[in-house]
Amino acid sequence: MSIAKPHPHDAAPLHVTGAARYVDDIPRPAGTLHLAFGTSTIAHGQIMSMDLTAVRGATGVVTVLTAKDLPFANDVSPSPSPEPLLATDTVHFVGQPIFLVVADSHLAARKAARLAVITYDERPAFLTIDDALVANSRFEEGPRLYQAGDASKAVATAPQSVEGVIEIGGQEHFYLEGQAALALPQEGGDMVVHSSSQHPTEIQHKVADALGVPMNAVRCEVRRMGGGFGGKESQGNALAVSCAIAASLTGRPCAMRYDRDDDFVITGKRHDFRIAYKAGFDDEGRILGVEFIQYARCGWSMDLSLPVADRAMLHADNAYYIPNLRVESHRLKTNTQSNTAFRGFGGPQGMVGIERVLDHVAHAVGRDPADVRRLNYYASPAPKGPGTAKRYGGKHSPTPVQSAVQTTHYGQQVEDFILHEMTERLIETSDYSRRKAAIQAWNADNPILKKGLALTPVKFGISFTLTHLNQAGALVHVYQDGSILMNHGGTEMGQGLFQKVAQVAAARFGVPLDRVKITATDTGKVPNTSATAASAGSDLNGMAVRAACDTIRDRLAEFVAARAQADPKTVRFEDGTVHVGTERMSFEEVVKDAYMARISLSSTGFYKTPKLEWDRIKGKGRPFFYFAYGVAATEVVVDTLTGENRITRTDILHDCGASLNPALDIGQIEGGYVQGVGWLTMEELWWDDTGRLRTHAPSTYKIPACSDRPDVLNVALWDGENREDTIYRSKAVGEPPLMLGISAFLALSDAIAACGNTYPALDAPATPERVLMAIQRVRA
Amino acid sequence: MITFSLNGETVSVDAPPTTTLLDWLREDRRLTGTKEGCNEGDCGACTVMVSDPLNSDEQGPKALNACILFLPQLHGKAVVTVEGVSKPDGDLHPVQQAMIDHNGSQCGFCTPGFIMSMVVSHLHGRRDHDVALSGNLCRCTGYAPIVRAARAAEDVDWPPDWLPDRLDDPLNETPLDIAPESVEALAAWYLENPDATLIAGATDVGLWVTKNLRQLDKVAFLNRCWDLQVIDVTKPGLLKVGAGVTMQAFLEFAKQIHPSYGALVRRYGSEQVRAAATIGGNIANASPIGDNPPPLIAIGATLHLRKGDQQRDMPLEDFFLDYGKQDCQPGEFVEAISMPREVPSLRVYKLSKRFDQDISAVCGAFNLEFEDDRVASARIAFGGMAGIPKRASSVENALAGKPWSDDTIQAVLPLFGDDFTPMTDMRASSTYRLESARNMLVRYFHDLSGRQIDVLEVRA
Repeated sequence: MSIAKPHPHDAAPLHVTGAARYVDDIPRPAGTLHLAFGTSTIAHGQIMSMDLTAVRGATGVVTVLTAKDLPFANDVSPSPSPEPLLATDTVHFVGQPIFLVVADSHLAARKAARLAVITYDERPAFLTIDDALVANSRFEEGPRLYQAGDASKAVATAPQSVEGVIEIGGQEHFYLEGQAALALPQEGGDMVVHSSSQHPTEIQHKVADALGVPMNAVRCEVRRMGGGFGGKESQGNALAVSCAIAASLTGRPCAMRYDRDDDFVITGKRHDFRIAYKAGFDDEGRILGVEFIQYARCGWSMDLSLPVADRAMLHADNAYYIPNLRVESHRLKTNTQSNTAFRGFGGPQGMVGIERVLDHVAHAVGRDPADVRRLNYYASPAPKGPGTAKRYGGKHSPTPVQSAVQTTHYGQQVEDFILHEMTERLIETSDYSRRKAAIQAWNADNPILKKGLALTPVKFGISFTLTHLNQAGALVHVYQDGSILMNHGGTEMGQGLFQKVAQVAAARFGVPLDRVKITATDTGKVPNTSATAASAGSDLNGMAVRAACDTIRDRLAEFVAARAQADPKTVRFEDGTVHVGTERMSFEEVVKDAYMARISLSSTGFYKTPKLEWDRIKGKGRPFFYFAYGVAATEVVVDTLTGENRITRTDILHDCGASLNPALDIGQIEGGYVQGVGWLTMEELWWDDTGRLRTHAPSTYKIPACSDRPDVLNVALWDGENREDTIYRSKAVGEPPLMLGISAFLALSDAIAACGNTYPALDAPATPERVLMAIQRVRA
Repeated sequence: MITFSLNGETVSVDAPPTTTLLDWLREDRRLTGTKEGCNEGDCGACTVMVSDPLNSDEQGPKALNACILFLPQLHGKAVVTVEGVSKPDGDLHPVQQAMIDHNGSQCGFCTPGFIMSMVVSHLHGRRDHDVALSGNLCRCTGYAPIVRAARAAEDVDWPPDWLPDRLDDPLNETPLDIAPESVEALAAWYLENPDATLIAGATDVGLWVTKNLRQLDKVAFLNRCWDLQVIDVTKPGLLKVGAGVTMQAFLEFAKQIHPSYGALVRRYGSEQVRAAATIGGNIANASPIGDNPPPLIAIGATLHLRKGDQQRDMPLEDFFLDYGKQDCQPGEFVEAISMPREVPSLRVYKLSKRFDQDISAVCGAFNLEFEDDRVASARIAFGGMAGIPKRASSVENALAGKPWSDDTIQAVLPLFGDDFTPMTDMRASSTYRLESARNMLVRYFHDLSGRQIDVLEVRA
């Protein structure tokens, strides 16, 4: 069977030969025009005058559009709150698109875009969290609150308490392929759009609104993205809509891609957060109550900030049962890029908050942080799964085990908690305790360099918190030669979704994987799709494809069973063969016969995630179908003179349920970990005091390079299966491993703590500069 | 006409001199395997293999960034792109197969660039994969599977004559007017065209074009000035390095003669940048954060300038007058730099957010001489601490004659504040720059006394 096999990425042979096609590689018809935005040079103000004469007169320019030239909607917002494609009269951040240049080449468009003469009446700009708080500049009427118990009383009456604040920087996605789109005008005003987007349906929707046509007049196709990470959930709207409008107005194909600098300056990033905390605990380190205030810098428009901030609140407990937990969340509106989705979607920031608390508590009680973590873990529920089944209620049945299920601060029962066992295993395989002692000895001998080691867990909730998004569709055709064509609403951004879902299709028909053709995501084939996001791609689309395949398979089974006068339920599809009783036929023969017998060999499939019930205003319910777990131990070394640091060893144990594809899952874990490490260590976004982003390209914004990966990296998958009925009992894997990188951040904190007695209170990203500042605090 | 070989086929191109190879490949040839990731030579997605059959001193084929490589730089050379790597029958190169087998690609966008770096590295039999891949960014995999692939391909043979980078027939190219073939010719041309831009590796000028969108009307390319690319070892105790020597070629010498300087050069840019960038370019552009000037000033290097047939020598530090202002006349250019070979106490420390391919926040170079445990002389120079590469004169003076001890160091640390008032920018704050510059002197003390000071050398 094709399931649970380590098949490489389906497009790997195309990747390595340069033959994999991305939006900008699609052969363009002659006469294609190229687009570039002219952008705001100030952070906040009113446009007083705009002289575009030089822009219009520049070599190669065909036309220039401003907000008033747009024929229909001037809106690219993914949320109910509007977000203009082109600024109307006020600009809200440095980099906001104001006008659109349409020219005969990419370079001509870029050159012309710099020639505008715009005057502004500048207004005060709110750039930082503090600026926004002072001005009460925010989304939603006030802070949101999720809580359980009485945290303030628990903290006040606890035997010990700590409080602190952590600043957590944002993160640029740095997908290697920048944002790109291509619009091809069709007859009758229809439009075909190729977009590097995680959300083709939203592209279709926004383009339709911008052209004043119904959605059925627009088709969006996405074969693959060169990386997404959440940065292509909504940020591609502006390019696709621009291309469609320009194509509609000129009647010519239009292409647009951001130069990397424009991509940095225009698009949103991971939300930076400030999290203030107060925690009360007993002398062992058992946490009795925590109060969090989370401040999220959302940028100038709403985009996806509300659900991002919600998810940060929902991960403020991470893996810990905190009987009294209060999370207050402020969504601050600032004159900066509109922050957006990024792998983890607020979850990582919330998790850093509570992991910081655990670290601080362990420091206060003088215990190994790994022990304090385990002390505070959610309880393990009664074992379930193969070999653990018990029959209760009978005369000779064992006494029922008392259910130990505990409830999160938002009221969801944690029924599948497996971190006790996973942590124990990792402590053993990583030789944690011996290394912890060895590091202490090493540090005593080394005045300049210090080592640190930290172990942190991940419990990440799987499902969109906007419940209606938890649906997916698929379209499967079986052709008369037995070859299969598969299509679904998920998009491929490198995560291997297409291959995993193809494995599902091959398994349902019992045919080799190469019988299944993977095709581009296409709103004309599967409608009303959700963004490929929230790690839910294979959960949702795998199930939808399964449903479509099973419909066809059942028809085939019925057909062959009727012929053989057998029960359709006994028909098996295995190894390219269809088994009916003692009879065996090749899949191809069966398909051919079914075609001749006029059996439909095409079907749609649909899936919606069960059991979800969530009220985001009250903060109560079951937002998640299940949780995915992981645990990591990272060792680092720090230079106490400069703050320079690096990772020497990482051990990871991660839960993918029953993995659909261990090779692809391990790829997500290794890559997610390094991306998480980058976020919390070297990746620093830096705005100057006029609101200009000065880290606007890889020359100034540093993502991890090859030599930054850990010297030793051991990754293992937890051997288990999803308690819930997911596709082949697998678990989602896209986002959770990113948060394993928190172990590196806290390993740095551990190394710094070896320099003195004060708690380091390290902020993120832990650049050499912040590490050195923390060392000075510890020594003060 | 610019003539070169592309995947084995001879091509002649008539294009503006600042047309980049990347734009030409993608837009004119529709060879879209080579990707644009950043358009500034930092991500490596556009990496191609370039061989220079005319230059026998070359170290063989190089991996270069096509986004900041101008077409005239390729005149007479052979280019292989990702489309030219596998055999016509579809047989994959060992590094391609290994990347599939070891899951080295996820989104695949960086992959062609990695493949090209790996092909070049494989050709040279290299095993230092972290170095060879230092100029290729991947956002998906975390690099571990890519390095596994590179290791797996190490010993898999590939017909050495396969890669279409050899020129069976010499290219029938005629010299380009804008690419003089000797220092003599360059000097004469530049004297007549003092407003022209001289382009060596284009790792800096490339960005003027791709990022600042500058129109450079008058340019000269230096890569065919063969006599500008000579490292002269004939003078006793001296090394004279031609301005056109690439950082890659210089690295081979530097790591033997001045190991600490060599370690710095190893972290200069990336593999692709070092293969293009020249030591003369790094000096002539007079960036306050260029990495060569601090160590060169610390060891007392002499700069040789050339104008027409006139030569002018000066201590390197005198070349940098003020931010953006050098002691260099119209029509005058950097011809070479001479440096002493024996400098046992030289130590160079580069501080940046990332170890590889990052611009220094602070780069400190220390060269003290000792007599009877006292400091006999001190030369200390920094990049990133002022508008120009600058010596720490007060600190140097205060150290001279003092016992080489912890007390002395503690006593002189405050003087860094007299020598420098560094700026705050995206790389570091003023406070941190000053603090870390001071601490580098402390590190130097421990370094010379043999203590472990380098996080790069620590293992778990």
